[in-house]
Amino acid sequence: MSILVYTESENGKFKKAALEVVSYAKAVADQMGTSVTAVAFNADNAETLGNYGASKVLLVKDEGLKVFNAKKYAAALEAAAKNEESKVVVVSASANSKYLAPLLAVGLDAGYVSNVVAAPSNVSPFTVKHSAFTNKAFANTEITTAIKVIGLSNNSFGLVESEGNASIEDFSPSIPESGVKVESVDKATDKVSIADAEIVVSGGRGLKGPENWGMIEELAEVLGAATACSKPVSDLGWRPHGEHVGQTGKPVASNLYIAIGISGAIQHLAGINSSKVKVVINTDPEAPFFKAADYGIVGDAFEVVPKLIEKLKAFKAANA
Amino acid sequence: MKILVCISHVPDTTSKINFTDGDTKFDTNGVQYVINPNDEFGLTRAMWFKEKQGASVDVVNVGGAETEPTLRKALAIGADSAIRVNTPATDGYAVARQLAKVVNDGGYDLVIAGRESIDYNGAMVPGMLAGIIGANFVANCISLEVDGTNAKAVREIDGGKETVSTSLPLVIGGQKGLVEESDLRIPNMRGIMMARKKPLTVVEPTDANAETKAVSFEKPAPKGAVKLVDADNIDELVNLLHNEAKVI
Repeated sequence: MSILVYTESENGKFKKAALEVVSYAKAVADQMGTSVTAVAFNADNAETLGNYGASKVLLVKDEGLKVFNAKKYAAALEAAAKNEESKVVVVSASANSKYLAPLLAVGLDAGYVSNVVAAPSNVSPFTVKHSAFTNKAFANTEITTAIKVIGLSNNSFGLVESEGNASIEDFSPSIPESGVKVESVDKATDKVSIADAEIVVSGGRGLKGPENWGMIEELAEVLGAATACSKPVSDLGWRPHGEHVGQTGKPVASNLYIAIGISGAIQHLAGINSSKVKVVINTDPEAPFFKAADYGIVGDAFEVVPKLIEKLKAFKAANA
Repeated sequence: MKILVCISHVPDTTSKINFTDGDTKFDTNGVQYVINPNDEFGLTRAMWFKEKQGASVDVVNVGGAETEPTLRKALAIGADSAIRVNTPATDGYAVARQLAKVVNDGGYDLVIAGRESIDYNGAMVPGMLAGIIGANFVANCISLEVDGTNAKAVREIDGGKETVSTSLPLVIGGQKGLVEESDLRIPNMRGIMMARKKPLTVVEPTDANAETKAVSFEKPAPKGAVKLVDADNIDELVNLLHNEAKVI
């Protein structure tokens, strides 16, 4: 009956989203009077999950699962959910979680709601709040099936530490063949991804050309942030498509979003709306972004950003 | 190769989102509907397969008669025929079940759906469809080549991309990158005229219960006014971000 969570790791190390889904599952478990069982794949330090509320970790150690495969991972989670007789399964909003969750939901005959932003408002009927209309609204949705799959939005619940230890059990479910085989992975290992980032620094057409992105990257580096861009910038080919954030690009749910030279079209704002704190730097005080931002500087990015980098470096040095 | 492109009928990206009936229903008043942008990339890629590899391309929507102009637009872009499953799109699972019947009845090899619709953003219909019909599935697909029954696809992952090999039957959740924005097709007059004569078949739904039910909607709380910081006083911004917002 425990709440099951899929805890993602990379090179053995848990992602922050994994700790967040465990924290969330603990809250759901408390509401339903049960405990949390985590499923981890080839992770080191599985006991860490106990600090966030897991009482048991099912650890899958399988060389064949070093590379993520949605069908295989979904099958493992399905087997775990059946063993545990779990009524609720929680995943994150990562690309991999969103890939496997619909397969898992079909396998478990479970209703699935993604982009969930809060603990259930009610567990009977089971009702969760999630973003809809690309963050322009929220919906409260009832899941009417016996088993429920919840996809939690990143940075929406936060990390909640709790007392307790997790017991660790080896778990070796039977894994089906998959008709999808990963041939190669192309991933910048030295850069934080937009999905995982706590801070995102984003540039728009106001930066005038791709040659001016040096300061955006430097600002991101100082902050440990991911870099992103507006739709026109990716359409013009100044930056790769993977950096495009907004309604038709990637959604951003960071703690801090810094928009530089971005006017703030409605589609852009929709995509970044779930970020907690928004800062805009723009020469045009009439830019719509100023209505959506928490902090703003009316000024020329080419003067403001270098100064901001310098001040942040000094701040980091003083607070190191 | 028989291709089915799933077309969601969604509010235009600039739409103001409001609700009626005590915040239980989406207010369609004054809303312009369009082909879901993610589906538009897939449709254009399907046209490439039609023109270069002789594929047939049908489009499908699960919805009421109000979605037909959107299907006609897809026909004007170049799809051969359209199918509308005559039932409201109640939730992702119910839609996937209806689509599964269309795919099985039509014997499609490749189903191109969008990564997610821009209204409910569930990102679940393509995966559920693949799960139900037992087809291979690639989410967040940004490139697709098909050679016989073999396919090579690129999936966007967090912080990069991965290349996969797979085979038909295949379902993809497509997005920008399948084709470039500048390659998207706008229906021309000839296409619009021809679309009027192309078949748009209305099929009655199969039994498929929804598993979820949206009970109410709410809009985000109105935001306070922006706090402006002087461009010559960057220290103040750093201070606010550290002490007030507590994000650095």
